[in-house]
Amino acid sequence: MQDEPRPDELVKAVAEFLRNDIVPQISGHAAFKLRVAINALDLVTRQLKLTGESDDAELHGLTMLLGVHGSLEGLNQDLADRIAQGDVDLTTPGVKEHLWQTTLAKLAVDQPNYGAYKREMERKS
Amino acid sequence: MSWCNGAIGVTDAKRLSGGASQETWSFDIAHPDGAIGAILRRAPSGYGAAPGRAAGLNAEAVLMQLAFDAGVPSPKVLHVLKPDDGLGTGFVMQRVAGETIPRKILRDDEFVAARPKLARQCGEILAGIHGLSAASLPQLRCMNAAAEIAELQREIDGFGWPRPVFQLALRWLRDNDPGPSERVTLVHGDFRHGNLMIDPDGVRAVLDWELAHLGDPMEDLGWICVNSWRFGVIDKPVGGFGTYEELFSGYEAASGAAVDVARVKFWEVMGTLRWGVMCVGMMQRFRLGPDHSMERAMIGRRSSETEIDLLRLLAPRGS
Repeated sequence: MQDEPRPDELVKAVAEFLRNDIVPQISGHAAFKLRVAINALDLVTRQLKLTGESDDAELHGLTMLLGVHGSLEGLNQDLADRIAQGDVDLTTPGVKEHLWQTTLAKLAVDQPNYGAYKREMERKS
Repeated sequence: MSWCNGAIGVTDAKRLSGGASQETWSFDIAHPDGAIGAILRRAPSGYGAAPGRAAGLNAEAVLMQLAFDAGVPSPKVLHVLKPDDGLGTGFVMQRVAGETIPRKILRDDEFVAARPKLARQCGEILAGIHGLSAASLPQLRCMNAAAEIAELQREIDGFGWPRPVFQLALRWLRDNDPGPSERVTLVHGDFRHGNLMIDPDGVRAVLDWELAHLGDPMEDLGWICVNSWRFGVIDKPVGGFGTYEELFSGYEAASGAAVDVARVKFWEVMGTLRWGVMCVGMMQRFRLGPDHSMERAMIGRRSSETEIDLLRLLAPRGS
């Protein structure tokens, strides 16, 4: 077991340093690249914080949907294959809800400010 | 500079963008009558062969000139590079003033009067592009929905990473393919923000004809409605500035041809999936190098945006 602080706390601290202390000193193309870099660190922070829970929920959902056990990647491949072959579609009970849930979990990490995601989250609450 | 009568030199040359295979330069042609703003698009020698989907710079130059002559807002082509120029393949065009950055076009006060006019104008411009005489066009690849679906299938299967939502979209496209279009025209192929030079009066120039091909004209109307090009203004389907009705009425008035709304929707779904696949492609190029940039890596993480857009199109909640 590794000691604290956790990776998400460390990455967050680095992002804060860049945002508060370095951004004001940089201009031009380097400033653009710095913003991308900070966005990447913020994404990593969100992933470290959120994916434990969402991966568990996704694995549970896939197991229920497909009726087999496996790894997250293996079961996702299985679902993708079954959709491609037409064995599973939107009329299959639980599929639509599962795809929505897993997609919202991706957006929560990748791009929580994306317009369509914000709209769907308003609907949820 | 023998092609520009009276020119006495070049000033203020700067590189704007481009990767290893293609460059864009801005420069001024010094001339006794006043400087002429110009843009050079070129592929250095050895990079001339257009990979995959690209029409090639020579074809781009011809298309831009045809569009200009037909009254489609376009930069005038000043010169097509010749071997003697020693610059590889490409062309020089007039520099058109205006803005291409979506955030500014959609939010800045400067464009407040232009925004309500843009969707209709886009319809009129697309009617002009699709109306260019087929006989005058350069050699272009011919695409249809079935070929496009097969290409996307191949790319998605090659990811080595499961994508259930992409597979769902592929399935929908296959089940809803409207078949070959009766009308086959020139298709711009990338008619969206970034390739539209806009000023306070509206669209001044259509740029970047790299993906031009022959195909279903409704493809261009669907592509500009893809949510990725609305830049957050998601309730205005046409580029974040207008409605379907404005786009369609502009198109129908200028072309005399009816818009096939179901086909436009089909191509909007196809375009959404296409952009998602392109995002994943960026991630793969980041991994394989040589462009090992974090921008590329981060674009890979935008593929999930297209997944939520696909679900909103194909499996909306609360229905």
